[in-house]
Amino acid sequence: MLGFGGQTALNCGVKLDEMEALKKYGVRVLGTQVSGIKATEDRQLFKDSMIECNVPVLKSKTVYNFEQAKEIANELGYPVIIRVAYTLGGKGGGVAHNEIELHEIVARGLNASLVGQVLIEEYVGHWKQIEYEVMADYDGNNVIICNMENVLSMRVHTGDNIVVAPSQTLNNYEYQMLRSAALRAAKHVGIVGECNIQFALDMDSDKYVAIEMNPRLSRSSALASKATGYPIAYMAAKIGMGYKLPELANRITKTTTACFEPSLDYIVCKHPRWDFGKFELANRNLGPTMKSVGEVMAVGRCFEESLQKAIRMLEIGNDGLVANRKADETYDIEDLENKLQKADDKILYHVAAALRQGIAVERIYKLSAIDPWFIEKIQNIVAKEKSLKEEKLDKKLLREAKVFGFSDKQIGRLAGKDDMEIRKMRKENGITPVVKRIDTLAAEWPAQTNYLYLTYGGTANDFEVASSSEKIAVLGAGPYRIGSSVEFDWGTVNMVWGLKENGVKEVSVINCNPETVSTDYDICDRLYFEELTLERVLDIAEFENLTGIVTAVGGQTANNLTPKLAKNGIKIIGTSFEDIDRAENRSNFSKVLDDLHIRQPPWQAFAKLADAKKFALSVGYPVLVRPSYVLSGAAMKVVWSEEQLKKYLDEATNVSPDYPVVITKFMLNSLEAEVDGVSDGKNVVIGAVIEHIEGAGVHSGDSMMCIPPWSLSNKVIETILDYTNKIASAFQIKGPFNLQFLINSDQVYVIELNIRASRSMPFVSKFVRMNLINLAARAVLGRPLPHVPKDRWRKIHSYGVKVPQFSFMQLEGADIILGVEMQSTGEAACFGESFYDALAKGLMSSGFALPKEGSVLITAGGSENKEKLLQTALLLKSLGYKILATEHTAEFLSDKRIGDVEVVYKISEPQRKPNIADLLYERKIDFIINVPSTSTLEKYVGMLYDEYQIRRKAVELGVPVLITTELADSFAKTLEWLRHNETTKKPLESYEKIE
Amino acid sequence: MRVTEIPTKKAKHVEKFGKLVLEDGTVFEGKGFGYSTTVFGEAVFNTGMVGYTESLTDPSYSGQILTLTYPLVGNYGVPDQSEKDSDGIRKYFESDRIQARGLVVHELSLTASHWNIAMTLDEWLYNEKIPGISGIDTRALTTKLRTGGVMMAALAVSEKEIDAEDLKKKLAAAKKYNDEEFMDVVSVKEPQVYGEGKESVVIVDTGVKNAILRNVRHLGYKVIRVPWNYSIEKILSYNPKGVVISNGPGDPVKCAKTMETAKNLIEKNIPTLGICLGAQILGLAGGASTYKIKYGHRGQNKSCIDLENKKVYVTSQNHGYCINPESLKNTDFKLWFANTDDNTVEGIRHTKKKVIAVQFHPEASPGPFDCMFVFEELKKLIGEDNAKR
Repeated sequence: MLGFGGQTALNCGVKLDEMEALKKYGVRVLGTQVSGIKATEDRQLFKDSMIECNVPVLKSKTVYNFEQAKEIANELGYPVIIRVAYTLGGKGGGVAHNEIELHEIVARGLNASLVGQVLIEEYVGHWKQIEYEVMADYDGNNVIICNMENVLSMRVHTGDNIVVAPSQTLNNYEYQMLRSAALRAAKHVGIVGECNIQFALDMDSDKYVAIEMNPRLSRSSALASKATGYPIAYMAAKIGMGYKLPELANRITKTTTACFEPSLDYIVCKHPRWDFGKFELANRNLGPTMKSVGEVMAVGRCFEESLQKAIRMLEIGNDGLVANRKADETYDIEDLENKLQKADDKILYHVAAALRQGIAVERIYKLSAIDPWFIEKIQNIVAKEKSLKEEKLDKKLLREAKVFGFSDKQIGRLAGKDDMEIRKMRKENGITPVVKRIDTLAAEWPAQTNYLYLTYGGTANDFEVASSSEKIAVLGAGPYRIGSSVEFDWGTVNMVWGLKENGVKEVSVINCNPETVSTDYDICDRLYFEELTLERVLDIAEFENLTGIVTAVGGQTANNLTPKLAKNGIKIIGTSFEDIDRAENRSNFSKVLDDLHIRQPPWQAFAKLADAKKFALSVGYPVLVRPSYVLSGAAMKVVWSEEQLKKYLDEATNVSPDYPVVITKFMLNSLEAEVDGVSDGKNVVIGAVIEHIEGAGVHSGDSMMCIPPWSLSNKVIETILDYTNKIASAFQIKGPFNLQFLINSDQVYVIELNIRASRSMPFVSKFVRMNLINLAARAVLGRPLPHVPKDRWRKIHSYGVKVPQFSFMQLEGADIILGVEMQSTGEAACFGESFYDALAKGLMSSGFALPKEGSVLITAGGSENKEKLLQTALLLKSLGYKILATEHTAEFLSDKRIGDVEVVYKISEPQRKPNIADLLYERKIDFIINVPSTSTLEKYVGMLYDEYQIRRKAVELGVPVLITTELADSFAKTLEWLRHNETTKKPLESYEKIE
Repeated sequence: MRVTEIPTKKAKHVEKFGKLVLEDGTVFEGKGFGYSTTVFGEAVFNTGMVGYTESLTDPSYSGQILTLTYPLVGNYGVPDQSEKDSDGIRKYFESDRIQARGLVVHELSLTASHWNIAMTLDEWLYNEKIPGISGIDTRALTTKLRTGGVMMAALAVSEKEIDAEDLKKKLAAAKKYNDEEFMDVVSVKEPQVYGEGKESVVIVDTGVKNAILRNVRHLGYKVIRVPWNYSIEKILSYNPKGVVISNGPGDPVKCAKTMETAKNLIEKNIPTLGICLGAQILGLAGGASTYKIKYGHRGQNKSCIDLENKKVYVTSQNHGYCINPESLKNTDFKLWFANTDDNTVEGIRHTKKKVIAVQFHPEASPGPFDCMFVFEELKKLIGEDNAKR
């Protein structure tokens, strides 16, 4: 089955087929055949097949070099769009308005494409972007599961678009015309299972073209599944195995057929989550290359409600489209018009601003290519904002605002009241949301499942929760973002299963991320596809009459709700709120550590800039700064100067106004280690001690890490274990926890305690074959944990390595230097019989090419780094790699008697040859070791623009860049290891039952 | 880059008082739109997500108050009514007027925009003197109709406050849907001819949708649309190659005269296609019986299996009555299509004569185009017939 692992799996399958590996081993492809995959993936084949089945396409031509591209672009006329064959998320594509842009995008695209081809195509940015999800079986039965409309038209990649389902601006004829075209296309290329097809529809006639087809499960199909309640992947798997669509039953009604088309009675709004803030130089404009790192889906009974819910779900600090904590920026008309023309992540706020300034809907449409219908709906929100600001808040207005998706916070802010006052006023007036089911067929048949959402667009609940048994809700993690990804979904799902195993009668999940398993309605008893806001969680708690809520597995999102929920009388299942509070409050935490005689780096909390400055000066820069109550490195930063400190503090007060800022001495040249574990308050189960491969300072989420520790002494490990036990008992932890340490000159310092599931827990659980969250489920319920030897993890004689995955390629302009803010968007975990076995697999999995021969460019800042890289350079030399280096580095290496170092010149000196830029384009550099003098200092002081250019170009051309000395060393040793070894291939072993 | 204007229109006839009262006493309060009046009819729901212009003008909705389960309605407005195709059939509508008695929605879009918009939905309803109500929890209403069955309802729209008790009284006194006669209302009075062609097909108009006329025209035939009670002699006087008995409202047993015609068509082995009500009439004519189903089949996502080749099609449906499958045993009809969800009869084929019938709507409009082949089946029957002669 090739269609279930995204583009990566699909590419892999095609490759296996081309190598005839499938044939050799007699392996059959189930579902869509490789010929069908190729007919959709290869741009030219796709266009040909579409024309064969009478589906129109855009004029375009496939090209293999820039000269051809130029010719075609002139023929079609600018602007043209460049699309890349065989890539993820439109990687490498772009819109070129002139020849210069064309050159840049084509060069990048040719490189990103596995087959070295790009397509030059007419650009129809202002057309509507409509998608259909098709299911088809071997017998030719086919249905549409869902259609979707992109609010930001064709201009923006669907992954970065705000998407509604079903389409809102199409009439019956247009809907059916595209539906038939989708079915025709799917049948023609031989889709068996599921596919997504994207159309551009003229907003001015019923002219349309097919843009592309994904012959696999995609982000869009996951969204379509959640939007409709139709489990597309499940059905596609069954179909792959040979079932016919009509033989399968609708999983919601259990009686009607799965060979039907879901009918929705709500409107779904998908909103992407971007994390541009983490990348200082990244370009925020939205276009044909996907830049978002996650998404949310909101369900409501009108667009206004769905949209405002979605914005809250993003957890970017906004309470809706309007009336946010940060005052709306004001722009002059010209500025606004520019912003409307060039969509970025704030486009809808700009639309709202334009409406407030009286720019006509028509004008906004012309500039933004957003259909007037959507703009009119935003106008409704803006108008309601005005009423709330100017009129007396009565029952009618309050209800109207709620129907349009205003949160109590927004209403309170506009009416000059506290959100809790608004809540009280609502309840007194009987204004509460109703609970509705998502059931695939608009209530025509009774649903046997509880897939739910809350809305003010209705008067009656679909059902009432009758039982009086123990009812627990587990909070999920919200949208994927940098720092919170599938790890927490794994935690949520395993917690639900663990609670059920331990006899909890009714478990519900609250989450809003359509990419997750925790939002599958058959994981738990009741799924609330809802906002993780205090207001909504309280609504659900009241509707359910919950016994309590588990907040320990949903990462930062859920954890941040803990104090607010506790203050509102909700029982926190697991570690008590008081204990969590003691750990989160830096002063209290520190005091406990002092009492336990456990070391920590010097720190202090500050509410005033002057005091902070004084402290930073006394311990010496760099210092680590963060708000005292926000976890997991969010808004944590290493600052190197007073000016930066001031800037940071200005921003930090926006992050968390209620809590002061903590400044910690940043210990350079330290090692970092973590422990993942579970405690029942007395007994502690150690998952493992993990050591980071990079030195401290690189965010733990961006760091490669290894079990068992590769360099820590036994004494240090014993100390870590001892500290872990003491701290877990001191805070009476009942559930999962993660403890982070710095090791400097063999001294162990505690830097952070998180009383919740951590990012590394699934990695640790898989490595030690012990499901930590399953144990945590027992602990949160107050049951004793089994006794597990504290060195259980040390008895496993293999290695586990976790490697981060970055998406710098998509983030135009972003620098790849790692710092204390996390930047990775995913990770790979690999196990092996030796450290290098595991590392080799890990590097390959995360996209590093491991060249057997070739050239390496070394450029290091500062003599310390140069010294550190010497051994690495020697090793590479002895392995036969040609070494290129920039002037100073080359000089240093020659001084150290490393011969044959070729001097190359900086990108900023293009007249000096050989130049790095040319060598990169000519593929004469296979990998790069580029270590700035300290990992962050000069970046912030702005000295290293040239090095930034090297890294950026390399990223765009897909050349691996190693940016720390540790990583360079490990990489070289892995190359050496691969000379004499092959990586092991073993299946992952299942969890052991721990009694 | 070309970015033209998309016409946008604002709702005018909105923000009125509105109440919907069901036979069981349930009162739904909402906002009235369209025309201020009070109507009585059978409350039914349709689960389609698009196609309100087509549905509202479908004569099969005569006598009914239509609830749309999709909550956002009116987004793309209403196209120009005067636009006709080359045969003089209205391009975007299924008949010359709104046929449903009233419209119930969750949210009426207060602005509508589309490249071919002529007016807003409320304006259209107002012009046609039809009341609409918005702000209704249509999901709650649908659940009620699903569990309690379709029932009579009163829909009142007014500039003034509406008295629910008074409305209930009026509803009790109103004529019941089941007692109403619809044929004279929905059928043409005189025959009408569409297009040219060497061969003709007669469509017996028991409330025909324009899409049926269009589809038969697409087959290449001249279409002769005749009143529902036209005699067989009059029909045969056109020397038709085939006959279609159309869709339409109400209980099929009330169409005795059409049934008589149908009997003759079967007997004379004239290639005949029945659609929806037409299928029920053909079934009755062949000796089968019909019954009223609890809450009807109305939507665009209804799966039917072709029992001849086991293929499943997504169909558009709008019917409250069904052919009794048991009763087919005593007839020369065999089951052709069955509903995959509840096994109701969705199509029958005569085992000896050139007569076929489908309960669903192959002409779509609104709904999927997947069953257009049913019209080709009629053409095939006509071809066989021609070959024999």
